[in-house]
Amino acid sequence: MTQPAYQHVICDPDLCTGCRLCEYVCSANKHGVFDPNLARIRVVRIEPVTMTAISCRMCADAPCVIACPRDALSRAPETGVILVDDTKCDGCGWCVEACDFGAIVLNPASKTAEICDLCADQEDGPQCVIYCPKEALSLSTPEVLRQKARRDVVKRLFEELLTP
Amino acid sequence: MYAYTGKILHVDLTNQTTRVQELEPEFLKRYLGGVGLATRLLYDNTPAGCDPLGPDNALCFACSSFAGTTIPVGTKHGVASKSPLTGFVGDSLSGSHFSEMLRRAGWDGMVLKGQAPRWLYLVIDDDLVRFVDAQPYMGKGAVEVQSILREELGDDNYRVSAIGPAGEHLVRFASIDNDGRQVGRTGNGAVMGSKRLKAIAIRGSRPVTVADPKGLMAASLKLIKTSQGPGTVKYRTLGTPSNVLNMNAIGVLPTRNFSETTFEHAETISGEYLRDHYRVKSVSCSSCSIACEQWGVVRDGKYKGAKIGLDYEPLFALGSNCGIGTLPPIIKLVEMSDELGMDAMSAGVVISWAMECYERGLLTQEDCDGLELAFGNEDAAIEVLRKIAYREGIGDLLAEGTMRASERLAKGSEHFAMHVKGLEMPGYDVRSLKTFAAGLAVGTRGACHNRSLAYELDIKGVFDRFTADDGRGKAMVDNENFACILDCLVLCKFLRNCFDDFGPDVAAIYTMTTGIFLTADELMAVGERVCNLKKAFNIREGWTRADDTLPPRVLEDPIPTGPSKGSYVTREELDLLIANYYQARGWTADGLIPREKLVELGLEDIADEVGVDTVPAGQAI
Repeated sequence: MTQPAYQHVICDPDLCTGCRLCEYVCSANKHGVFDPNLARIRVVRIEPVTMTAISCRMCADAPCVIACPRDALSRAPETGVILVDDTKCDGCGWCVEACDFGAIVLNPASKTAEICDLCADQEDGPQCVIYCPKEALSLSTPEVLRQKARRDVVKRLFEELLTP
Repeated sequence: MYAYTGKILHVDLTNQTTRVQELEPEFLKRYLGGVGLATRLLYDNTPAGCDPLGPDNALCFACSSFAGTTIPVGTKHGVASKSPLTGFVGDSLSGSHFSEMLRRAGWDGMVLKGQAPRWLYLVIDDDLVRFVDAQPYMGKGAVEVQSILREELGDDNYRVSAIGPAGEHLVRFASIDNDGRQVGRTGNGAVMGSKRLKAIAIRGSRPVTVADPKGLMAASLKLIKTSQGPGTVKYRTLGTPSNVLNMNAIGVLPTRNFSETTFEHAETISGEYLRDHYRVKSVSCSSCSIACEQWGVVRDGKYKGAKIGLDYEPLFALGSNCGIGTLPPIIKLVEMSDELGMDAMSAGVVISWAMECYERGLLTQEDCDGLELAFGNEDAAIEVLRKIAYREGIGDLLAEGTMRASERLAKGSEHFAMHVKGLEMPGYDVRSLKTFAAGLAVGTRGACHNRSLAYELDIKGVFDRFTADDGRGKAMVDNENFACILDCLVLCKFLRNCFDDFGPDVAAIYTMTTGIFLTADELMAVGERVCNLKKAFNIREGWTRADDTLPPRVLEDPIPTGPSKGSYVTREELDLLIANYYQARGWTADGLIPREKLVELGLEDIADEVGVDTVPAGQAI
């Protein structure tokens, strides 16, 4: 059986305005301070109009888990979240290198890896999604987004039919 | 003390040394941050009468109180120096990831003085300040050099403030750019250029710690949600370019150097036209939940590839005001202004002045280096804009700003030199906005809509915009003080309609952030204090009553056509409104500040220097 697709925080680059509130919210929620260096979601802005936010994508056969030489990383089977065992993690950074998305941060103080856990400690789920002013962030799976995109295409066709 | 670091970084560029100044919470509470703190640093670090482009002028940066937190549009910074355009206080603001990094590097602000022996840029890593040779980056654009430096320094986390060729060539209205946002007005980029400082790259490693994180997060979420509501709908949908058709409809859209107030091509340069044909995306400043900046891209034609976040003020200045009636050349011109590193508003107005001179035969084609500098000639506008940045030919004259250029050319061109105190006019023809006209005249940094905010009084119909009468002074003062509070906090003005009860709400947020107890009354007092401090700076620089005036065109030429036809501001009307304003400020009839007033505002330490011993205007002796 194939692995189920786990929900993760997905950013719509057309809606993201590059404000970086998600970074502040994440670090405040996890550490009680505002520090993008501790944020498990980061906004990347290359050209003035191209930007998106990136956090853990809960990959199948997660390369970070495979890369960890101390078996500090494991997957929570229910949610797909990558768990970090702080007693084993020594901050070597192999998981950071293994991640194709740059979604793992090494906490500069504790020297342990930090990965988005979908705000497991919050009743209402990922706080970045709640705070995102433009609803650019959502908790979803690629398959759900694909379905939505297909529906949008057909809706547009219908609207064109109505336009004289 | 939370959020604040209580430290100011002083940099001496002549000797390439630094020192640290410690600030007390009581001091910070009186000026908050942004424009307030930057102006106070300017007052304390600049000797009276200094050359704005000399080593003694202090270029002062100050963070927002909320820098690096979740308070929406609370991460901005203020800059102040003695303006090379006006010779008075030159305070300016920018939306900014730079402010976040300045705070996280451990600084509430910076004071830059002196003049480097050769071109440098600063690299600030927390406490460590390095002076690095900038020669390889000379001539680079104000925006592109930021990416180049990040690449060289090898870390995307550096935020950079930089000047472009205009700042290097001391164009008097040069700007300082960070992430495509500008410290735009009053020529702070020229001051930076005069210090031979190409850029400042900052990287901070510290977290921002606040007194009440949970309370602040809750207050932030409420503001983020409110700011998606009716109070910001204008900014979120069309952005400020929505003003084009609104101003055109009521006959205040400056057209062809403020000679007319309606533009026959308003439709094709409007916010609506931008949205339908060129807009690709809304973009926000740091921590902003509104995202007013409407990015337009030109996809074909001779300006293919030009792209910019377009706001109303550059759009009017380089559009209708230069008689240019399509968006592609305007997008190109504004993009060039940003990359060359100059204030697109002042640039547009000085070019429109030159165009009128050309049409009247006061400047010949030969004077203009062979350019046909007529209204609507977009190719000539583009070439002359470039010449300004490099001070080539006619550009050298225009780089001096409208006031100096018109004084130098003379021949009656002063009549239509559209500036107050040397700062070019914003995008409202004030001949039919009389309260606002007076608001611009008394402005401490010259003709600025953002400092005055009095346009709201006229456009929203609080007062009859076509007449002037007694009793408008208090409203003018209240609006100016309110704008000033926002500039000091800093909170973006576009958030101003998102609070239930501004004073108590914002004072509470400030206390949650900094741990410094602030009442609503104390907050509101900051606006009056800093407005008076700016005025005090000007008085120390030799301000007199005659400086609070308007261009002759506003005072003599009736609007020729359109909905505001026939309107102009008579000298009697202007004098009446200014007298009202001084009285409401508690100043003398000559516009000076009584000693007691300064003491009352907590500015006793400067009362001896600038205060006068007399009774306020309008009060019996």
